[in-house]
Amino acid sequence: MRPDDRKYTRTHEWVKIDGDSALVGITDFAVQELCSGNEGDLVYCDLPEPGRALEVGETFGEIESVKAVADLNAPIAGTVLEVNVEIEEHLEVLANDPFGRGWMVKIQPKSKSIDGSDLLDAAAYEKHVATQEH
Amino acid sequence: MKKTSLHDTHVELGARLVDFGGWRMPVQYGSILDEVKTVRTAAGLFDLGHMGRFRVEGPDAVALVDRVATNHCARIPVGAIRYSLFCTAEGFPIDDLLIYRDPAGVFLVVNASNTPADLAWLRAHSGGLDARVVDETEETAMLAIQGPRALEILRRVASGGDLDGLRYYRFAFGTVCGLPKTRISRTGYTGEDGFEVYLPFAEGPRVWRELLAAGSAAGLRPIGLGARDTLRLEAGMPLYGHEIDGEHDPLEAGLAFGIAFTPEKGDFVGRAALEGRRDRPSARRLVGITTAGPRVPRRGYPLFQGMDEVGVVCSGSMSPTIATNIATAYVARGRDVPGQELELEIRDRRQPCTVCELPFYSRTRKTQR
Repeated sequence: MRPDDRKYTRTHEWVKIDGDSALVGITDFAVQELCSGNEGDLVYCDLPEPGRALEVGETFGEIESVKAVADLNAPIAGTVLEVNVEIEEHLEVLANDPFGRGWMVKIQPKSKSIDGSDLLDAAAYEKHVATQEH
Repeated sequence: MKKTSLHDTHVELGARLVDFGGWRMPVQYGSILDEVKTVRTAAGLFDLGHMGRFRVEGPDAVALVDRVATNHCARIPVGAIRYSLFCTAEGFPIDDLLIYRDPAGVFLVVNASNTPADLAWLRAHSGGLDARVVDETEETAMLAIQGPRALEILRRVASGGDLDGLRYYRFAFGTVCGLPKTRISRTGYTGEDGFEVYLPFAEGPRVWRELLAAGSAAGLRPIGLGARDTLRLEAGMPLYGHEIDGEHDPLEAGLAFGIAFTPEKGDFVGRAALEGRRDRPSARRLVGITTAGPRVPRRGYPLFQGMDEVGVVCSGSMSPTIATNIATAYVARGRDVPGQELELEIRDRRQPCTVCELPFYSRTRKTQR
């Protein structure tokens, strides 16, 4: 089971409310789809500049492996406060700790609550992933 | 989806399987970049069961191939192989292929995704000829062993056929893992020395296992289509659907070596159209691109010089062999000169890149074009 202290998107991002701000990253499933467990095959991650305003679902960056590129989509609306610069140099962090040290951006949410949105809880995300596994 | 003789073997090896050209194929067994390095430094074993394989039989077999293919089959010595294309009457590629000139008849290897179309095209042009085309793809297996140690490994399981003396783009029939009269060619799609072998379908898994057992100490590993794509790109070898398609002339793709314009070749489908364009410089040309930037060029990304869009990427990859990001691209004449600085546009951003000649790497092609 994936962490239940956060919400998930159908496109495999997660968002975790952390005080007044929110952390956003991608799930282990997303990382697996990109590199099949070979973190050395991740080649690049493009993250936004702090200060950028994001709408729900807006593409805020891209992650790239040897054979594929995937969009990073904002789970919630808000303003980028900070990006995780460690990722740009150490993409393996995404494979090793996608829900912790592998966070990508810290956002100032536009709205205080993320309840009632289209986001999935951990159990619902688990079911969603099960439909995608080959 | 069709399955090759090795499908279950790939599953047991934990490969990631994808649908490719109508077949379930292994894209990788482990890291793609590591698989590329394995082939460059030791040897790799590939399942190529998806490639289309045709026997052309009958007294007019050579004539049929010469009517449809761009290269001159009648001029190929028995035991030799030539690269060729099938083109439309307008001179645009339907597929590219290898022609093996057999002691009696011709053997063709075509791309998986084009196999049905190629078969239909050959048969549609066989009128008045005593020749028939037999598709043996699903009754046979095809393996490749590629890399600097391929010869010494294959030698351990093979006899006859004089592997050491077999030159590049030649083939012979020898015994492989006890199977007599096995077609062995010194060909490949990696830029390395290596061999491709053709087997009865049911023997695929056993030969695969015996080759791995014979070669594992020398570093032989299974290699998926992901690494194969990077290997062929580093070697500047075109892939149908990327460098070659119905919208790009084979001449601007640099494939004139696969087209015979001699009088002896006679007419073939597309000849008049290709000849008409032959002496006119094309507006664009297939070249290599290297980029020191972090982003990997991908198919369809445009290339700019200032405000001018001057080209488009066909295939791209990170190249572990030359340790930079590489691509093939069609670039406008005048901007296609090696050393030309261009910019790759990825979404709304630009990344500097430089034009170079192909290939990026080749062990087999000693003289670079």
